Amino acid sequence: MEEKQVKNYIISTIVENKPGVLHRASNMFRKRGFNIDSISVGPTEHKDLARMTITINGDETTVEQLVKQLSKLIDVIKISVLNPQSSVIRELALIKLHVPDAKARSDIINYANIFRGRIVDVSPASITVEITGTPDKIDAFLSLASTFGIKEIARTGITALVRG
Amino acid sequence: MIKMSGAHALIEALYKEKVEVIFGLPGGAIMPVYDVILDSKIRHILARHEQSAAHMADGYARASGRVGVCMATSGPGATNLVTGIANAYMDSVPIVAITGQVPRSMIGKDAFQETDIIGITTPITKYNFQPRHASEIPKIVKMAFQIASVGRPGPVVIDLPKDVQTEVADMDFPDKVEIRGYKPNISPHPLQVEKAAELLTKAERPFILAGGGVIISNASQYLQALSELLLAPVATTFMGKGCFPENHPLSLGVIGMHGTLEANKSILEADVLLAVGTRFSDRSTGKIDEFCPDAKIIHIDIDPSEIGKNKAVDVPIVGDVSKTLFELYNSLSKRLEKRENSLWLKRIQQIKEEFKDKVRVEKDKDLVPQKVLRELREILPIDAIVTTEVGQNQMWASLYFKVYKPRTFISSGGLGTMGFGFPAAIGVKVARPDVPVVDIAGDGSFTMTANSLATSVTENIPVIVVILNNSMLGMVAQWQRLFYNRRYSAVELGKFPNFVKLAEAFGAQGIRVGSLDEFKRAVKQALESDVTTVIDVPIPPEENVFPMIPAGKGLREIIY
Ligand SMILES: Cc1ncc(C[n+]2csc(CCOP(=O)(O)OP(=O)(O)O)c2C)c(N)n1
Ligand SMILES: [Mg+2]
Repeated sequence: MEEKQVKNYIISTIVENKPGVLHRASNMFRKRGFNIDSISVGPTEHKDLARMTITINGDETTVEQLVKQLSKLIDVIKISVLNPQSSVIRELALIKLHVPDAKARSDIINYANIFRGRIVDVSPASITVEITGTPDKIDAFLSLASTFGIKEIARTGITALVRG
Repeated sequence: MIKMSGAHALIEALYKEKVEVIFGLPGGAIMPVYDVILDSKIRHILARHEQSAAHMADGYARASGRVGVCMATSGPGATNLVTGIANAYMDSVPIVAITGQVPRSMIGKDAFQETDIIGITTPITKYNFQPRHASEIPKIVKMAFQIASVGRPGPVVIDLPKDVQTEVADMDFPDKVEIRGYKPNISPHPLQVEKAAELLTKAERPFILAGGGVIISNASQYLQALSELLLAPVATTFMGKGCFPENHPLSLGVIGMHGTLEANKSILEADVLLAVGTRFSDRSTGKIDEFCPDAKIIHIDIDPSEIGKNKAVDVPIVGDVSKTLFELYNSLSKRLEKRENSLWLKRIQQIKEEFKDKVRVEKDKDLVPQKVLRELREILPIDAIVTTEVGQNQMWASLYFKVYKPRTFISSGGLGTMGFGFPAAIGVKVARPDVPVVDIAGDGSFTMTANSLATSVTENIPVIVVILNNSMLGMVAQWQRLFYNRRYSAVELGKFPNFVKLAEAFGAQGIRVGSLDEFKRAVKQALESDVTTVIDVPIPPEENVFPMIPAGKGLREIIY
C-alpha cells in the first residue's frame, strides 16, 4: 500500500445562489464522512451565483472523491481545487483579548500594527483586533496574542481566488 | 401562457412527460391535485400504504425503463414514502415522488401533518424541489424528469405546499430545460477506450463483471458481442442479473456473497477485469483488498464518483455503458480475430466441472427451494418477469432461477427492503400487462406489504406470489445458526398467517401446495387465472443458502 500523504486543500466552487444549497453540501459531507475544516459562502458578481469555498485536510484520494461528490450535486456548477502558489487566499479573524494593564494595551496595539491588523473595539478590560490574511498569518498572531489571554475568537474560514 | 391552478399545471406537466399512471394515496395536503386527477387521462392506482406506492412506481420504472410516479399527502404520507425513495436511490431507479405540504405560511410552524420532507429526503434523492409559486411548477416537473432519468437515474421529490396547488398563475410549459449544474458525460474519452482496448488485447485471462448499469443503459447486446469477441466469461453482480443470458456458455451467473462457486472462483484468476456499470459493492466483492488484487482493472461507469470510490482501478472510463461498450467493441474488433477457444476458456470449463453440483441440495425432500425455483423456471415463459422479496428467498432466486433477458429480474439490491417484491410486481404488471409477473417471496417479507393484495385485486392487476414459507425470518436465522451459536432470537414466525385465507380475504386466490407436482399445477392454474394468486409453499425451516461468503471476508473464503 502506498503512503497516503495528508495536505491542506482549498476547493473553490460556484453554486446556485438559492436556499438549501449549503444544506445539500454539508449534508453530503456528513453522509460520506468528509471532515471539512472550513466552509464559507458568499455572493459573486452574478446575483444568481454564489461562491462556496471549502478547506479540508486530507489525502489525495479523499479530496478526489470529495470533488467528485461535490460535482455530483446539481446545484454545484463549477469546481476547482486551488493551487496555493497561484491563488490569493484570505481569512478574516476577530480576536477579543484581555487587557490587564496599560502595558498590555500598548503591546497589543503594537503587535496588531506589525500584523497590519486593526483595532475595531476597545473597552476598559478588553480589545478586539481584526486580522486579515492567510490562515498561517492569523495562527501566528493568535500564538503571540495568547500570552495576554484570549477571550473570544471568530474566524470566517478561507475564501480564495485564482491569481491573474 | 395559460392561466391555471398549480394542481392543474402539475397534472398537465405530468401528462406532457407521457406519464400514464400514478401510484398513490390521498390526504388533506394533496387534495387539490387529487381533484384534478379525477378529470385527467392519467390512471391513478390506489395503494394501501405509501411505501408500496413508491415500490410500485419503482417496479414500473425498472420493467419499462421509464420514470415511475408516486404520490402522497404531507406528514405521515410523505414519511411512509421514505423507504421506497431510499430503495430507488440505492438501486438507481428513476422515480418522481410528489408530496403534499402544508400551506406556505404554515411551513416551519409545526403545523398539523407538517414534515420537513425536503430535509429528510436530501440524502436519498438525486434532487428535491419545493415550488414556492405555482408558476414554477411546469419547469420544475420538466427538470425533475430530466434529473431522474438522465445520467445515472434516481429518485426526485417534488413537495407541493397546498396553497401553491390552488394558486392560479400564468403557466408556461417549456419543451426543454437547461440545468447548468447537471450535464452528465455520456461519451467516453476516446483515449481511455483505446487504453482499455490495448489492455484487453494483451489479456490472457480477460473477465467481465457486469452490473446493473448494463441493464439501465440497455447495453446487453453490446456486452454479449464483446464477451464473445474476447472469449471472456461474464459474471454479473446481483443488480446485473439478467443483463447477460444465464444459459450462455460464457455465463458464470451471479458473483458475491451468495454468488455461484464458479463465478467467485474464476474471477480471482483473471488478469484483466472489465467492470461495467457496477459500483464494487461490498456484497459483490467481499473484502475489497482481496478482490482481484493482481488483475488490471478497467472500470466503465456513467457516474464519475463511482470511479475509485470503493476500488482503485487502472483504466477508468466515464460514459454511458451502451455507448462505451459499442466503441470498445469497434476498437477491439480491429485488433482481434474471432476465436473459437482459448486456454482460459478451457480453464473456466475446468472450474465449472470442478464445482458442478458441489452445493448440497436435499435429495429426499421434494419441496425444497432449489427444486421449486428450477421448476418455476421450467414453467414460466422466458420473458416472464420475476421480482423477489429479501432474505433467503431472494438469494435462492438469484442462484436457482436463471434469467435470460434484461429487466426480467427485479429485486431490492442496495437497500435490501423486505416487502419490496409484491408491490414492485404490481408496478411491473402495470408496465407489462402482456407477460406473467411473479413475486418470489419469503413469508416474513410478504407479510410486510401483503395489504397490496387489495390494490392488486380491486385495480385488476393480477400477479402471482410464490411464498417460500419457512415460518422464519430465514436469512437472520441462518446468520444466527452460523455466527451466533444457533441461538434463535426473534426469528420464529409461527404458523400464522394462513396465507390461503389471507389471499381469499382480499378476493385473491390462495393455494397451499404439498408436493412439487402440486406446485407445478398451482403455477399453471395461476397463469391461467385472471386474479392474483398466492401460492404458499412450505419449505424446511432450517435450510441454508449456500454458497456464502461471510461478511467482511474475501471471495476465497467462500463456504458451501
Ligand atoms: C424492512 C427490513 N427489515 C429487516 C430486514 C432484515 N432482514 C433481512 S432478511 C430478513 C428475513 C426475511 O424473512 P423472509 O421474508 O421470511 O425471508 P427468508 O429469509 O425466510 O426467505 C430480515 C428480517 C430487512 N432486510 N428489511
Ligand atoms: Mg421466511
